[in-house]
Amino acid sequence: MDYTLFVIQLLNGLQLGILLFLVASGLTLVFGILDFVNLAHGSVYMLGAFICASLTFALGNFVYALLISLPIVAVIGYGFERLIARPLYERDHLDHVLGTFGAILVIDTLAHMIWGPAGIAIPLPAALDGQTQLAPGIVVPTFRLAIITAGLIAAAGLYWLVNHTRTGMLIRAGASNRTMVTALGVDIQALFSFVFAIGAALAGLAGMLIAPITEASLGMGNNIIITAFVVIIVGGIGSMKGAFLAALLIGLIDTLGRAFLDDIFKLFMSSSAAENSAPAISSMSIYLIMALILFFRPQGLFPPKLR
Amino acid sequence: MQKKVFVQGLILATVLIVPLLLNYMGHPFYLDLATRLCILAIAAVGLNLILGYGGMISFGHAAYLGLGAYAVGIPAHHWLYGGMDVIATTNGFVQFGLALLVSGIFALLTGLICLKVKGVYFIMITMAFAQMVYYLFISIAEYGGDDGLVIDTRSEFPLVNFDDATQLFTICAVSLFFVMWLVWRISKSQFGMVLAGIKGNEQRMIAMGYNTFAYKLAAYVISGMICGFSGALLGNFTTFISPEMIDWARSGELMFMVILGGVATTFGPLLGAITFIILEEVLSTITIYWHLPFGLLLIGVVMFVKGGLSALIPKAEDKE
Repeated sequence: MDYTLFVIQLLNGLQLGILLFLVASGLTLVFGILDFVNLAHGSVYMLGAFICASLTFALGNFVYALLISLPIVAVIGYGFERLIARPLYERDHLDHVLGTFGAILVIDTLAHMIWGPAGIAIPLPAALDGQTQLAPGIVVPTFRLAIITAGLIAAAGLYWLVNHTRTGMLIRAGASNRTMVTALGVDIQALFSFVFAIGAALAGLAGMLIAPITEASLGMGNNIIITAFVVIIVGGIGSMKGAFLAALLIGLIDTLGRAFLDDIFKLFMSSSAAENSAPAISSMSIYLIMALILFFRPQGLFPPKLR
Repeated sequence: MQKKVFVQGLILATVLIVPLLLNYMGHPFYLDLATRLCILAIAAVGLNLILGYGGMISFGHAAYLGLGAYAVGIPAHHWLYGGMDVIATTNGFVQFGLALLVSGIFALLTGLICLKVKGVYFIMITMAFAQMVYYLFISIAEYGGDDGLVIDTRSEFPLVNFDDATQLFTICAVSLFFVMWLVWRISKSQFGMVLAGIKGNEQRMIAMGYNTFAYKLAAYVISGMICGFSGALLGNFTTFISPEMIDWARSGELMFMVILGGVATTFGPLLGAITFIILEEVLSTITIYWHLPFGLLLIGVVMFVKGGLSALIPKAEDKE
């Protein structure tokens, strides 16, 4: 096994994990506090990518486009909360799932009408487009390091917001006892809208960061949302720490599995059998891990203490 | 009571006779549409068993349709191109048996895990397992990957010929009636009563000494096998399968049919499937962006209609 390749794949796995966390944190935040299941969260991820793509072409710079796209996506999240989510809070989860499934169809079709069926590639500025030498012999794309850095900054910001600010205190209080927070005179509806907007901005950011690598495309949101579900199931629904660790775990397993599983299989089976079975197993690996973890810990690895 | 039986009889007779009549009058298109309707309705009836009667919200039942269809396609593929001699056949009994077996085993294994949890966890895990099947078939290059697999030969049974559109439709319609009868029988049996009890209050059923997990698992497996059977018919109907059939949007559509038609009713899934097919057909002829009005309608139904279509048509069915 090649050492350089391993380091690069490790970074790729880390990058996937961080993007997954950005999507999953919004999901788990909204679920933990509002008890609301939002399938359309992946559509915000997709919208982030498309809006950022359009702005990149309009402004000629990816970084500016990203910074302007963030508040736009947050506003979309805010509007989504007011229009779709709020009337459904009092309903059961089945209604949440169906209502937001309808919203996915609407958002995806609108995106199809606006941006067309083909994907849009986003050009990177020269500073981000090159390669960086980490150590002798280990050269990685600069942009992947930028993704990891940006994702970690966002994650740290979220941690600070939730654990060390007054708003965060109210969010945590709202998660453990909604009625009591309302009784203390806090506008819980405004708080909920804020949480939704934050979640949307994080998911949108993930979409914007991945778009220069994979391009912005119509199906991207619906693919990542299930993986994000796997992340929050494994981590324990409602737990931010669980989502972070599970996202890294899932990102690494998926990436390393795809890269190295056939080499590992070749250790104990014939080369052709390994080449046939490795893609099938690695494509299922994260779901098998999820099944395994749930079998022994149905509540996930790090279930939140309250609720 | 008389009126209700009359309405139900009328619905069934319409589903069976009108397409045959239209086909006879030179409109084979409607026969095709009705065949698809019956196949989807079978899957919806299967889903209704756990979603409606058992209160288990599965968002992954398209996986069983896919498994059923591949259980027809893969043996036919090997029969034509060699390899895997154990299952290489076009014999319908083997293929449909395989479809039931595979979907039953998949339901049993996944059920063991996802039935340990409730509510949102259950929804997400069923989705995740369906996605696992989706990626599995995408990754197997021999069966076409994401391009899909053409089924060159339909299942072969003695006496009936699946290549004949009229016969295939009749089989699908009769299967639908049988499955509706079967699920109705189950819901009225002691097993069904326990299931309804679990949906109402699982703690109480446990206190009464029922092994609720076993009951739920049994219902989950039966439901999966019904959808697997429907998938085997679907494979024979379309003669083409692709992972696209397992996409979670398909699972969502199945749920939409059950909920729109009215959960925990015998005719609800059929009514829901009829509505879905008509909507899809009408909307998609108007615009290629038919998912937009469809999505808006879905949101509208969730927000404003309680109890589904069966509730809108009073006395068509006694609510449980």
